[in-house]
Amino acid sequence: MQDNLYTYLLMLGDNSMILGHRLSELCGHGPSLETDIALTNMSLDLFGQVRSYFQYAAKVKGDDATEDSIAFLRTERKHLSSLLVEQPNTDFAHVITRQYFFDQYHLLLLEQLCESNDDQINAIAKKSIKEVKYHHRFSKTWMRRLAQGTDVSHQKMQVAVTSLYPYTEELSKANGVEKAMLAEGIGADLDAIKVQYYNELDGLLSDIGLQKPEEGYFYKGGKEGIHTEHFGFILSDFQYMQRTYPDMTW
Amino acid sequence: MKNEWPLYEVFIRSKNGLEHRHVGSLHASDAEMAIENARDVYTRRQEGVSIWVVPSSEITASNPENFGELFEPAEDKVYRHPTFYDLPHELKHI
Amino acid sequence: MEHSIEYLEKQFQDRIDRGENIEAKDWMPEKYRKTHIRQISQHAHSEIVGMLPEGNWISRAPSLRRKVALLAKVQDEAGHGLYLYSAAETLGISRDELFHQLHTGKAKYSSIFNYPAVSWADMGAIGWLVDGAAIINQVMLTRTSYGPYARAMVRICKEESFHQRQGYEIMITLCNGTEEQKEMAQDALNRWWWPSLMMFGPTDAESTHTEQSMKWKIKRKTNDELRQQFIDITIPQAEFLGLTVPDPDLKWNEERGHYDFGEIDWTEFWQVVKGYGPCNKERLKARNKAWDEGAWVREAALAYAEKQSAKKIISKAV
Repeated sequence: MQDNLYTYLLMLGDNSMILGHRLSELCGHGPSLETDIALTNMSLDLFGQVRSYFQYAAKVKGDDATEDSIAFLRTERKHLSSLLVEQPNTDFAHVITRQYFFDQYHLLLLEQLCESNDDQINAIAKKSIKEVKYHHRFSKTWMRRLAQGTDVSHQKMQVAVTSLYPYTEELSKANGVEKAMLAEGIGADLDAIKVQYYNELDGLLSDIGLQKPEEGYFYKGGKEGIHTEHFGFILSDFQYMQRTYPDMTW
Repeated sequence: MKNEWPLYEVFIRSKNGLEHRHVGSLHASDAEMAIENARDVYTRRQEGVSIWVVPSSEITASNPENFGELFEPAEDKVYRHPTFYDLPHELKHI
Repeated sequence: MEHSIEYLEKQFQDRIDRGENIEAKDWMPEKYRKTHIRQISQHAHSEIVGMLPEGNWISRAPSLRRKVALLAKVQDEAGHGLYLYSAAETLGISRDELFHQLHTGKAKYSSIFNYPAVSWADMGAIGWLVDGAAIINQVMLTRTSYGPYARAMVRICKEESFHQRQGYEIMITLCNGTEEQKEMAQDALNRWWWPSLMMFGPTDAESTHTEQSMKWKIKRKTNDELRQQFIDITIPQAEFLGLTVPDPDLKWNEERGHYDFGEIDWTEFWQVVKGYGPCNKERLKARNKAWDEGAWVREAALAYAEKQSAKKIISKAV
């Protein structure tokens, strides 16, 4: 088995899976019917990507791995999503900010993966980027709306930005696997992404009148499988059926 | 009610070559959001290639009470329809 | 020319009898308008509240395939609620007002959603039975006399076709699975069967709205006719699954050409309708919470839009 490729696919898939999960928790609870439908659409897009990545990962892994064994039967420490996407749906300001912070990265990432010399990743990226362009436009527009809407919304957005900004750096900070994948022409160049990413992010924030935290501290660990305390609760929901009724077909 | 997002009417072109058709309505805070919402609400199953949104308040409609004077006068203008004209059956392509 | 109400009502009834559709701006009796607002909004509320019991299982769906199917289905229900609210709005009531009626407990919605969804098999049973019952009602409503309502129903029926199949496929999978899975399926059928039959409403003898609704072609079949139709269709499907419908009196009646079935527990029906079902409070609480927590978002979007259009006007003026 190609260990690095497999791990890389988990990293790609896990980000989409955990964010998709967070969005799916909102289904039926959105601030308006129209917005509810829009958020669910994004969740569906992300789970579609998860399936593509994990079907491919299952092939790479071999044995009797399936998309579901990969999605449902790993322990917390084996999940490689970034800390940002597991942050809870505290309020709509957090939902939108988390989404925009991820979408901006996701878009830059997929632009590069569209050039990947791995045919499968390349194909998945080409399909996903259309979806993510839409997510990005959606979340960016909402960032603007809420930051410049009312005093209340501005305040809530500032709180969300302050609390979520420290989770952003991890996204574009390459670990060993990501470096190896870049060297093979499969993965993205995160150093390049990082520059563009913060240009976009900081540009938008200053344009819409929001402050990034001054201290400049960042959290990390998700990509190595060390998560926040939220993660266990996500898995107890997500894996409930597979763990309670092992080895059954659904 | 005071804080309700305005209502928009949604028109979708299902494929190029066809006209936009009214498919329903939705609420949005502005036209840009109306387009996005229309995409999410009315094209979940690839129903369209183009979307128009119009604020419902901007639509002027004819009054059904004036049906008689508006539409009935057309009823006896049969000469506007091709079947009004008698041509020999053997004639083709006309 | 001014016409008397009696004359207009007679003309209106003639139009309906001729099978014409009524459109939003047409003259209509006040009671026709009110009845429609009530029925369409109840229907819309049912879609929205109906998202909750199934929504509870999205995060716990047992496979990725099941998860996306369920997510898409619950999302469709939001869409269907939206189409129906839009149809009600053509009658001169705002969606916010309709929400207000729902949130304050003034409006009704289908009682079935006041039952708890307690196992994964309930996702199967709800899709199969609850959607199955709803489809029977909705197919009838595609030919209802009020145009916007009928058109919303056409769109909904088109989209709903996958919902029931989704549910039944879950049931098939469970029934072909382990003993534990089959028990789960049987248990779900036991719990959802009678509430599903109640979805068609009180018996014709008890139903207060049926006669007028039939006359106006809002309804085209009575509650009892629709209920019988549902039972006749569903029993063979239960047999195919190898499950037992929890009704000892259920028997094919050769003479009638229909299944005979046992007495529905109408005490339970009225208890749930009046707000004392197992989940009435939770459902309303969830809806209220989403609405209240969304208030600042809706206000902000509107405030932003107003600022933007003010900016445009200024830049044009300069």
